[in-house]
Amino acid sequence: MIWNRTIECASRDEMAAIQSERLIRTVQRVYHNIPSYRTKMQEKGLVPADIKSVEDITKLPFTIKSDLRDNYPFGMFTVPMSEIVRLHASSGTTGKPTVVGYTRNDLQMWAEVVTRSLGMAGVHQKDIVQVAYGYGLFTGGLGLHYGTENLGATVIPISGGNTQKQIQLMQDFQSTVIACTPSYALYLSEVMQEMGVDPESLKLRIGIFGAEPWSESMRREIESKLKIKAIDIYGLSEVVGPGVSCECEYQCGMHVNEDHFIPEIINPETLDPVAPGEIGELVFSTITKEGIPILRYRTRDLTRLIYDKCECGRTLVRMEKCMGRSDDMLIIRGVNVFPSQVESVLLSMSETEPHYLLIVDRVGTLDVLKLMVEVQEQFFSDEVRQLEALKKKITHNIQSILGISVDVKLVEPKTIERTAGKAKRVIDNRKI
Amino acid sequence: MIIKQVSVFLENKSGRLSEVTRILGDAGINISAFTIADTSDFGILRLVVSDPDEACKVLRDSDFSVQTTEVLLANSPNKPGGLAQMLEFLNAKGAFIEYMYAFSMNEDQATIVIRPTNMQRCLAILEEYAG
Repeated sequence: MIWNRTIECASRDEMAAIQSERLIRTVQRVYHNIPSYRTKMQEKGLVPADIKSVEDITKLPFTIKSDLRDNYPFGMFTVPMSEIVRLHASSGTTGKPTVVGYTRNDLQMWAEVVTRSLGMAGVHQKDIVQVAYGYGLFTGGLGLHYGTENLGATVIPISGGNTQKQIQLMQDFQSTVIACTPSYALYLSEVMQEMGVDPESLKLRIGIFGAEPWSESMRREIESKLKIKAIDIYGLSEVVGPGVSCECEYQCGMHVNEDHFIPEIINPETLDPVAPGEIGELVFSTITKEGIPILRYRTRDLTRLIYDKCECGRTLVRMEKCMGRSDDMLIIRGVNVFPSQVESVLLSMSETEPHYLLIVDRVGTLDVLKLMVEVQEQFFSDEVRQLEALKKKITHNIQSILGISVDVKLVEPKTIERTAGKAKRVIDNRKI
Repeated sequence: MIIKQVSVFLENKSGRLSEVTRILGDAGINISAFTIADTSDFGILRLVVSDPDEACKVLRDSDFSVQTTEVLLANSPNKPGGLAQMLEFLNAKGAFIEYMYAFSMNEDQATIVIRPTNMQRCLAILEEYAG
């Protein structure tokens, strides 16, 4: 189902006209309302009048995650707090989250793009959508929730976890759609097997999976195990949350809702635009958001854009599955993890030095994070319980910052490889 | 008698214990007794050696985390009930022991290595026991 045919099937010229008008307005708004944007534009010798069409977008300065952090919590908001009706936040690099605020119109727009995404995925009004993304500060749960309501389908707001109950409700409520992270989808299939529940006996037909990178082979595995069509949805809270782009039934790239978010691909080294169709870093500008409009936000996700018309009839540009990052961020069970977060925790503890190694594995279907920390002589105790207490303390401190569980392993000094250049801090063994 | 015990942090991986003993052997250091306190992923090797300071030095040179800890050495008759008698005395006098291990040098005497919570107090109790 194409929810908004006028937009989703607009000609490239029509889309460019919409984008130009909205971009010009957004640039004026941020220039006059956000000092940090104004300063950055002035440094480039730019005034709002220099942006005459979407073609001029490349003249604008970039926004990066630390810009949001530096203006924590509300410094990037362009409207007074009285107009902000919702806050969301994602994990930040130093423990401070990245905060985003939505006006009533923003929430409406977000619901619209999620509804379109559900339409792309093949969801209808009569579907029963089990939203197993976390509800809360994370945008996944509430994002899918309001999009589903807006579509007119039935939403089961079960949130994440509670796996046996998830499966029970699939049986009792006859859910037809599941929305969660792809790794959780595989975990669900494992638990179904343990519970003796045959996926064929369920009514599930579509899965909407996002918030972490996953491969085509993982898609095939999920589809064969759960007997569903697995659809990739993309989003990040800095832009809006899930619904920035989504695959259609042809599963050949995610259609970007580009009347709200203009995508660009740049070379992460030179920051210049790449040739059409080339892989590079994905950059988004929001052109309708009121609460926290964001210009040329560097997502750090590596992908490419496909402008060919899709078989589904939509003309919206497609982005390929993101399979890499231009920074060291890890996505573990849908949670963003930066090695620097771990480093700052270890540095803040008097007993430890920042000699560590993060190892990410996929055990069965779940990502596990192991942290190796060297036992330095100054905190090596002759007593087992003191070492165990130390291990517990590191575990607790890391978990409270990262928000996911971590398995801490104490190792002998100098066992973690030292290199002259940038230390190797992460080993990602996941085959995704 | 108070002596210096050498403690070494060991990961649970094969070959580490033999490496420690080789390093000490090559440095001409004799091991009189040792014990390992182990958990699921690491262990603490505790050693009574002929030259604790030198042992620490050579192990540190090989990047081991090493520490010395004061422990008490006590003699106990090498016969049934010998250790029980001593421990009952310590217990009655209120000494608390963190850990202990034993070795015997000959048929008559066993030597007990004790790490008490309170070193001086335990030493006094042991002296009372011996006296």
